[in-house]
Amino acid sequence: MNERIETALVIGATSDIGRAIAHTLAEDSRTLQLAARDAARLQREMQDHRVRTEVAVTAYRCDVLDEDGGVSLLDALDPLPDVAVCVVGLLGDQTESRRDGTAAEQVMRTNYVGPALLMGALAERFEQRGSGVLVGVSSVAGERGRTSNYVYGSAKAGFTAFLSGLRGRMATSGVHVVTVKPGFVYTRMTDGMDLPGRLTATPEEVATAVVAAIRRRRDVIYVRRLWRPIMFVLRAVPERLFKRMSRL
Amino acid sequence: MMLSGWGRYPAVDCQLERLRRHEDLPGLLHRGTTLIARGNGRSYGDAALNPELTLSMLAMNRMRAFDAGTGLLDCEAGVPLADILNTFVPRGWFPPVVPGTSLVTVGGMVAADVHGKNHHRDGTFGAYVESLTLAGADGTTRTCSRTENADLFRATLGGMGLTGVILSVRFRLRPIETAFVMAEALVASDLDEMMALFEASRDWRYSVAWIDCLARGARLGRGVMTRGAFMERATLPPRLTSDPLRPAPAGKLQVPADVPSALLNRVSIGIFNALCYRRGRRRARAGARPVHFDRFFFPLDRIEAWNRLYGRRGLVQYQCVLPKGESAVGIAALLERVAASGQGSFLGVLKLFGPAGEGLMSFPMEGYSLALDFPVRSGTRALLDGLDEITHRHGGRVYLAKDARCAPERVREGYPRLDAFEAVRAEASGARPRFASELSRRLAL
Repeated sequence: MNERIETALVIGATSDIGRAIAHTLAEDSRTLQLAARDAARLQREMQDHRVRTEVAVTAYRCDVLDEDGGVSLLDALDPLPDVAVCVVGLLGDQTESRRDGTAAEQVMRTNYVGPALLMGALAERFEQRGSGVLVGVSSVAGERGRTSNYVYGSAKAGFTAFLSGLRGRMATSGVHVVTVKPGFVYTRMTDGMDLPGRLTATPEEVATAVVAAIRRRRDVIYVRRLWRPIMFVLRAVPERLFKRMSRL
Repeated sequence: MMLSGWGRYPAVDCQLERLRRHEDLPGLLHRGTTLIARGNGRSYGDAALNPELTLSMLAMNRMRAFDAGTGLLDCEAGVPLADILNTFVPRGWFPPVVPGTSLVTVGGMVAADVHGKNHHRDGTFGAYVESLTLAGADGTTRTCSRTENADLFRATLGGMGLTGVILSVRFRLRPIETAFVMAEALVASDLDEMMALFEASRDWRYSVAWIDCLARGARLGRGVMTRGAFMERATLPPRLTSDPLRPAPAGKLQVPADVPSALLNRVSIGIFNALCYRRGRRRARAGARPVHFDRFFFPLDRIEAWNRLYGRRGLVQYQCVLPKGESAVGIAALLERVAASGQGSFLGVLKLFGPAGEGLMSFPMEGYSLALDFPVRSGTRALLDGLDEITHRHGGRVYLAKDARCAPERVREGYPRLDAFEAVRAEASGARPRFASELSRRLAL
């Protein structure tokens, strides 16, 4: 399917990956809907699209940590999008998350509760209509709880499982669900980290992979290919051994 | 992390941070270190390196506004020129001045006050900047233009990022009817003939010449001049009329590995230059023909990482300009020195400049500019010091965006408005300059 996407929604549109996805989607969508927390920054992104392209852009303020989990966004969306991509996430600081319950809760809510509720609510509406593609950007960190980031990882694991179940439920309804596990990406989240070049993608690579996955109706994708065998092995390591690999 | 300019010499371990929004800048300034903004790393030497803090502007790449009535574009400093071309050429607009690569950012174009093949007619990029926003040492953002903070504006055009962080730029695009340039090649058998060709081509918007750096004696300065002008729609041949404003094609050639610099020797450079000359003669016989702007302005952009052709140790580029009256003798002396050294240069580029612009540290002045590439080797420094001496003797100066090794006194002598620049810079950022680079340290600026 290479026809134009009528309307595409990006939630988390001011993040590095969100920006890249929005720009790639703008190339072959008629209408772009951008949602994010910060209205002023959202305005700048919207303006950028307006100068660069002919695409119609609308902006929606949305915070998955709000009381209603950002679900009020859905009532505001006009029209209901054909494609919705959720890039919301927060790595947080594992040490802080360990000591401070509030910090841990924020990481859990931002990576799991908020995005899952939002994707779930969108799925209901897509199901009623009988079409649509939902893309959740989860993480390789959700495949196994690691010492260095298990609060973040557990929330992503929840999100991955949620998307998997949602995909199954939607399988006969014409609605497709894509799970994206980007691996390392050069973004604000990883600034200052020493990342292995072969495993680290640019936001633009993630965006290209996401749009390709939407077009090909893929279920679960990694961005850099090397991640697939690595995660295959990592999942196979027995827990007895895994618990000693504490530096992972 | 190790960073360098396009020449890959010098490489310096720098603390690199990425600016994503201007609100984050005060926090970075609060660290108290000196810093320099960096665009896409296309200056050749040490201009965009600071070990304490090098601030990548590549994520500051949003376009802010475009007025289709006047062609005025307002964009953040990290927007690449290639984005502007891809966006606006299909709509019939072209930047008034473009350098030899489209992989620069708008902020870099202002900081180096870049020139193009049309300098003799149109001046530098800075001439088309209506205003810019500049973040100072205190984190406050100032709008600078010819009427507001005018001194700071003139110091920032060509100021190599030393007056502050350029956050956004408003400048004028120029209308074009097609994406094609009518280009014509002309052969000159020596330097006099070449300069006569430049004089005779003053009415052409774009002109530039390749010089055979190994030719000596009676053939000194021989080469091929290319001149061109954007085509109007009515003059386009039928095969191109279907898509007259097509953007640059995607896809690039790769240089997979560093080429051992031993391959760049007198013989290979001699063969390359002889082939260039013959090709030029063939093209000259063929007459004027339409060429897509991408090939006309940015031929090297087709080859990704062409700097790797110069080997692991990198390359230095030498670009100087001599006043008009001194050019004939001075350029001949420079070429003679290069030819005698046997070091040769793949690319020798000659260009006639028009009068100097308003930027206090802008490179161009009325006269001839010569640009040469050399792989970094043991004899390179001595050769370039020799070239500096000739440049100085003839009242010329070197281009800071290309430089990696010039001595401070040479730059001081070459840039007569340097004192005025330093005064503005001191006023803007206090006695201890906050915006500094390896270049500014080397040159004691």
